[in-house]
Amino acid sequence: MTLRYGGWGHLLPWAAALAFYFFGSDLLSLGTNALIMVLFALSLDLVLGYAGIITMGHAAFFGFGAYVAGVFSIHFSNDPIAGLLLATAAAAVLGLITGALILHTRGVTLMMLTIAIGALVLEVANHLRAITGGDDGLQGIRIAPLLGLFRFDLWGHTAYLYTLAVLFVWFLLAWRIMRSPFGRSLDGIRQNVRRMRAIGTPVWWRLVAVYSLGAAMAGTAGALSAQTTRSVGLTALELLTSGTVLMVLILGGTRRLYGSFAGAVVYVVVQDLAAQADPFRWMFVIGALLMAVVLFLENGLMGLVDLGAARIRALSGSRREQR
Amino acid sequence: MSSDDAVLSVRGLFKSFGALTVAQDINLDLPGGARISLIGPNGAGKTTFVNLLTGMLVPDAGHVRLDGIPIDQLLPEQRVRRGLVRTHQINTLLMETSVRENVAIAVAERERIGWRMLRYGPRWRACLDEAQALLAALGLGGDGLRLVRELPYGKQRLLEIAIALALKPRVLLLDEPAAGVPAGEARAIHDQLEDLPAGVAILMIEHDMDLVFRFAREIVVMVQGRILTRGSPSEIANDDRVREVYLGRRAR
Repeated sequence: MTLRYGGWGHLLPWAAALAFYFFGSDLLSLGTNALIMVLFALSLDLVLGYAGIITMGHAAFFGFGAYVAGVFSIHFSNDPIAGLLLATAAAAVLGLITGALILHTRGVTLMMLTIAIGALVLEVANHLRAITGGDDGLQGIRIAPLLGLFRFDLWGHTAYLYTLAVLFVWFLLAWRIMRSPFGRSLDGIRQNVRRMRAIGTPVWWRLVAVYSLGAAMAGTAGALSAQTTRSVGLTALELLTSGTVLMVLILGGTRRLYGSFAGAVVYVVVQDLAAQADPFRWMFVIGALLMAVVLFLENGLMGLVDLGAARIRALSGSRREQR
Repeated sequence: MSSDDAVLSVRGLFKSFGALTVAQDINLDLPGGARISLIGPNGAGKTTFVNLLTGMLVPDAGHVRLDGIPIDQLLPEQRVRRGLVRTHQINTLLMETSVRENVAIAVAERERIGWRMLRYGPRWRACLDEAQALLAALGLGGDGLRLVRELPYGKQRLLEIAIALALKPRVLLLDEPAAGVPAGEARAIHDQLEDLPAGVAILMIEHDMDLVFRFAREIVVMVQGRILTRGSPSEIANDDRVREVYLGRRAR
């Protein structure tokens, strides 16, 4: 586990996110999308990066969380926190059940099963038109002021800070958990299942636990998406969404937690710029970028950060020697 | 063969893969503190036997008891938690993790804190300290913070043993602990094998006869899935059938 930057390095992404709030106010909704994508990719990092569960069905949990939060706000209560917690718990349960069913398999079999479950959830949402709105998506989501104090304004100030705060809480949890004995056992399971069995690790249970944890986190991301955009569509559940979050994670770098930040921000920005330039062929730019990163950088964009950090350390080290 | 004082007792173990019988009516008792070497030509079924004991393979018939309690229904990891621990013939280590952490996660599982996600600071530090102490006792004290893949092969073999010891086993199954190690490095392993905790019942598969005769107080000879004979090292050394198995029929 290599996350041993100087203490100040950890402040950088959060300081940048706060600075964006003050200086990027025209683009706050774009920023909110990026933060949601960070959280979504972070959830995949736990499952795929650390535990090595190859999944192409992670959108199921994102979309499920989004629908639960949306339906909850329409039919029950429009309190954002209650909706967020409920969506998180619901996604965790879905992760627990589906994970328990499929995690005795590995590799391509497992990947196929994750795709199958993703397809099932999508079809269920498509058929339950009365609840989900089917093809038309879920309309009419209303969200009450946060904590009864802060209205979700048209410019997205509240939405941005709300998303950032939720991301920060999940990030701290993920950071703590991935350095715990539990997190280290996941790292071990990814590297060598036989070794972990030989020291008595209940491998299946651990995998189900992290799958459910990642599902919960993805469900939170989906709920944030539903609440801040006030709509949910079937695209949230599509295979392409699972592929996108995987692309974002690989782009940023796995098993670093911060990789999700780098990947999501670059993805959202490039997508926005390229889509403005050419609405039909922006995927080409993303594809080329991903290829370049995968071919030339060892661990995504975080690999680039490593190179930069090493360079700075070498420079400051040599300066110190000269004195 | 009384099984009253046996930590591990095996009764009537059978296993075949199609027409190939790899375990045929194996009966064996390991009392506490046993030092038994399991020898036999390649393909005799020695590693298969270990896999049957640990639950990696399911026998067609027969029973295994640990401390008198049947463990036939237990998963491999559950058997480990009861104290039935093995090492592997081919290194099975976390190559991208530090040497110390390889041992510490084993300590953590033994201490049943492998589930801890949020409150673990002091307990985990204790695991690391215990791991470091164990490594020092095995002559790996200076390598704790290195990644396993940077470690020479001989030291990786020692690390396999260190991880097994971290689990505080009741029964330790060593599958060719010195396999593939150059002679110069093998001595360190041999020395450590003699210093293993006295109370642990140990069954060691080994081809190196010098090591076998140094280590074992009893030798079990296995041929084609059955136990051919067993006895003290001197009995085995003078047994014509054993010589025949090892040297071929021409030796007669």
